[in-house]
Amino acid sequence: MPFGTSRAARAGAPLVSLGGVEKSFGAVRALGGVDLDIAAGECVGIVGHNGAGKSTLMNVLAGGVTPDRGRVIIAGEEQHAYSAAHAKALGIRCVFQELSLCPNLTVAENARVLHPAIRGFGWRRRAGRLITEKLDEIFPGHGIASGDLVQDLSLGRRQMVEIARAFTVSDAPARLVILDEPTSSLDAHTAGQLLEHVRHSVAAGLSCALISHILGEILSTSDRIAVMRDGRVVVADPAASFDRGRLIAAMGNVEGHTGETASVEAAGARREGAVRVRLRPPRQPDAHEVMAREGEVVGLAGLAGHGQTDLLLATFALAGALGRRAGQMVQGPVALVAGDRQSDGIFPQWSIAQNIGIRSLARLRAGPLISPAREAALADSWRGRIGIRTPDVANNILSLSGGNQQKVLFARALASDARVVLMDDPMRGVDYGTKLEVYDLIRDEAHAGRTFLWYTTETDELKNCDRAYVFRNGIIVAHLPREDLTEERVIQSSFAGVH
Amino acid sequence: MRVVLAQATARPWLWSFVGAAVVWLAAAAYTGGTGAGGMLTAALSLAVFTVIVGVGQMFVITLGPGNVDLSLPANIGLASAVAMKTMDGQDSLVVLGLLAALGCGLAVGVANYVLIRALRIPPIIATLSASFVIQSVDISYGRGLQIKPPPGFADFTNIIVAGVPLLAVLTVVFTIGANIALHRAIYGRSVLAIGQNIRAAYLAGVKVEPIRFATYALCGALGGLDGALLAGYFRGANVDIGNEYLLSSIAVVVIGGTSVAGGKANLPGVWGGALFLVLLLTMLNTFGVSAGVRLVLTGLIIVAVIAAAGGPKATR
Amino acid sequence: MSLTVSVPARAGSRIELRRLLRALLPTLSLALVVTAIAWLNPRAISYFGFTLMLNLAIPIALATLAQMFVIACNDLDLSIGTFVGFVCCVSATWLHDMPLLGALVLLGCIALYALMGAIIHARNLPSIVVTLGMSFVWQGAAILVLPKPGGAAPGWLHATMSVKPPVVPFPILAAIVIALVAHVLLMRTSYGAILRGAGGNPVAVQRAGWSLLRAKAALFALTGLFGVLSGMALVGITTAADANIGNGYTLLSIAGVILGGGEFVGGRVSPVGAVIGALTMAMAASPLLTFLRIPPDWQVAANGAILVIVLAARVLISQKGTAR
Repeated sequence: MPFGTSRAARAGAPLVSLGGVEKSFGAVRALGGVDLDIAAGECVGIVGHNGAGKSTLMNVLAGGVTPDRGRVIIAGEEQHAYSAAHAKALGIRCVFQELSLCPNLTVAENARVLHPAIRGFGWRRRAGRLITEKLDEIFPGHGIASGDLVQDLSLGRRQMVEIARAFTVSDAPARLVILDEPTSSLDAHTAGQLLEHVRHSVAAGLSCALISHILGEILSTSDRIAVMRDGRVVVADPAASFDRGRLIAAMGNVEGHTGETASVEAAGARREGAVRVRLRPPRQPDAHEVMAREGEVVGLAGLAGHGQTDLLLATFALAGALGRRAGQMVQGPVALVAGDRQSDGIFPQWSIAQNIGIRSLARLRAGPLISPAREAALADSWRGRIGIRTPDVANNILSLSGGNQQKVLFARALASDARVVLMDDPMRGVDYGTKLEVYDLIRDEAHAGRTFLWYTTETDELKNCDRAYVFRNGIIVAHLPREDLTEERVIQSSFAGVH
Repeated sequence: MRVVLAQATARPWLWSFVGAAVVWLAAAAYTGGTGAGGMLTAALSLAVFTVIVGVGQMFVITLGPGNVDLSLPANIGLASAVAMKTMDGQDSLVVLGLLAALGCGLAVGVANYVLIRALRIPPIIATLSASFVIQSVDISYGRGLQIKPPPGFADFTNIIVAGVPLLAVLTVVFTIGANIALHRAIYGRSVLAIGQNIRAAYLAGVKVEPIRFATYALCGALGGLDGALLAGYFRGANVDIGNEYLLSSIAVVVIGGTSVAGGKANLPGVWGGALFLVLLLTMLNTFGVSAGVRLVLTGLIIVAVIAAAGGPKATR
Repeated sequence: MSLTVSVPARAGSRIELRRLLRALLPTLSLALVVTAIAWLNPRAISYFGFTLMLNLAIPIALATLAQMFVIACNDLDLSIGTFVGFVCCVSATWLHDMPLLGALVLLGCIALYALMGAIIHARNLPSIVVTLGMSFVWQGAAILVLPKPGGAAPGWLHATMSVKPPVVPFPILAAIVIALVAHVLLMRTSYGAILRGAGGNPVAVQRAGWSLLRAKAALFALTGLFGVLSGMALVGITTAADANIGNGYTLLSIAGVILGGGEFVGGRVSPVGAVIGALTMAMAASPLLTFLRIPPDWQVAANGAILVIVLAARVLISQKGTAR
């Protein structure tokens, strides 16, 4: 339930006011004109699909990214030359998805990093006391010592330290805390403690910007909710006026589209093609295994980070390995579509054509050398087929928008001779329109005989799959047929299989 | 003018050739024009040796940040001794001697890669340690007789046709071939992919470890070849014959426009960088500066060029 | 809708054991070398023996600490050897004849090191190429200052390095003091934590408002300072200098830091470990090899081999810990 006694409705200027904020990274338009207000003592929940612009917006607010256009007004003063240091001085704290603790320092030392005022004799004791008190306040029973090295802490504990640190106060007060997916590494109990603390702090006058995929958290903790889609805030209303359905509808869903094709699929004949992939997670105690046939689209589901990517990588490695392993097989060449474009996919120095052709170099040869003409021809044909919006495939890949860059990665895999295509949550940061185009393409390719192993963190996308394996703690806990691929069933199975 | 300038800035390696020309003109001006042609011929002769190892070093550096072969000087020294001992002053054994030197260099390259791969040692440390070991091998192996190269071989390395050294022509042909390999062969593309993003390269199907192995082996082999040729040109092998090539092999690569962050390589620039360095030395010698000043200036200029070129720009 | 909860990490006694082994590696290596020496030449284990064997330990330890500061910010200094040689030459000439000029030059060198660090950060340059270039500068400068071996160490410097305290050999005493000072500087002060953090997660430290430029310049300045101290100590011991005297210190210093438990990336270094590693290298580099009757030609190789062996041992320990 929304926090009724907040002081959000008081008269006067809001603490934070963002007006018309635009930001592009090269050709990727992350924010297309965002207006957002956050009052003092108010918790604003921010929701949206991957790639909607939530993190970029928070980055602007925290001073980490300078907008191309628009106004950033904090405490009534418009900010020029706004930076992270300014934000900190104005009392804005953040906890982002990439943890910003130094793994080689202790918890107390990391607390000091945020508080330059703690120095001189006895600084370590003071910093340790500061962070420990806050940890006790937010997460009673946390079990973290201020002398622990961060690199020795579990991911969940690290997130607790990071969160607690954001709430610590030494000299300047904290006025706004930005929390970007703060519960992603916490278990249910600790997550509950955090949200409790957020409610208390907000009641005491602190502002909060909360980003989360877990709609239940947003609905229960926020005073107002802003929904983002494709770089804009499409609706911002009091939390009481939202329910799950309205949020999903505002975010933009895929159900409508795949609903039709689902019936088409069911009407089609079931294939009994040859087995292409057979693999078992290393610590699988029972007989469950991932098995995929020719022409199937098999999903890997479950909570994020529970072994799905590891399985895909194992499949990839198996395809390249010499020698056999009992009960495991991959038939035919394999290609992988990366989800994290920056770290796993894009070659930033190269053109679009070169990025597409890298997986198919052997076939692009005319004689012993690669033929640029063949490479360009391949890229052109896929530009048409997958709909890459560019005037020239010889342009550098960074000239493309994020969604189109992802299309290049798809083209790279699909243009190759691979019979099995592995997809590692590839729709991250991709706009809605691109997603629909690619879903169609995957379906066509599957009809033509390609096998797809598809790991996705958006449960709705599973509707594109014939069936799915649910993962938990690195092992398969359930194997769901298409009819059962709903969010409720997936969550249910993933928790049911807990040992 | 603006078009010319724009074209030049788009190709930063052109500056290395410009720099070489400037330095040559300065030296020629100092001597009043006498011997200017001879300077150029000598520069071409000497530049060859830097180019050969520069190409190998370029491929290694292009593999990505942290990849560099610091064992080159020791490699060159050992290979020169191996070549001379095998040739034993006989023209009939020249080919065998060259093969022995190549093999020696290849072995060094392979050993470097084994250290890097099996022991997970950063390439800088692996090749640095290897160079110490190779140095010891060279000292004990090459102890004693100062073997002269076979007369035919020595003459061959010194042939000059119409002011252009034969070795330079052969090396130009070699670099053209290397350039084609870089841009149009699967090997070259793989190296460029690995240098830009090693993980993406692996996931895109590039055979990362075999390519790295081949690159370090290639660099070692080129070092071996260089050692043999140097022994022929300078009519004798010795342990220190390769010492100056550590800095110069890296410098010509960087001055020539190859990115030290990997993924972007420039072969013509290696020639430009080599000519620039050699002519710079010639100019300094012409001015009659002492060894100390020469070292200081060479070091400062290289640091200045790198600082001006800058490193990889932050992507976000 | 997507759901995100992470896999809880598994703590384990295996991780603890692995960490313990890695922390003990420096002390174990030192013990190994001392044991080997004791077995080969028992008379070396005495006040006089240690003083002799650890003769060069102080300059090596100081150079190792210098390298440690650079490694703490994920860089490498390939010029420390030639820099120490240059400082030696300056100390044996200017510092002796014209102390004020000598002192100014040495202070200027520290400033130059700080500048180098600033440029490396500001232009995002690879430190190995920059320091490789600088090594030629220092080498040339050393030749200019002292073309032929010679010079004379200032009297006070020589006297300091010749102190003979009772019971504990001077090198060991000095090593303890140096280790303590460096430890307090980097591990106990509040800014030292920032400096190490700049190596561990530079983006985060910058986001918290600290200047990475200043941090890098500070670390490089510390490298320069300890390099200067190393050169001065060296000339105090040898009383004369030559331009090439420090050339082996580059590899020795890197080996010492790694032996002491430091890592090339991540800002994980240990000053005490580095000094222990330096002592180990000092004894292994020459005395041990001499006792093992390894010919001088091969002693150079042995230095390189030691570093490889230490790194290999570390990899083996890590692999044992992660064996599935």
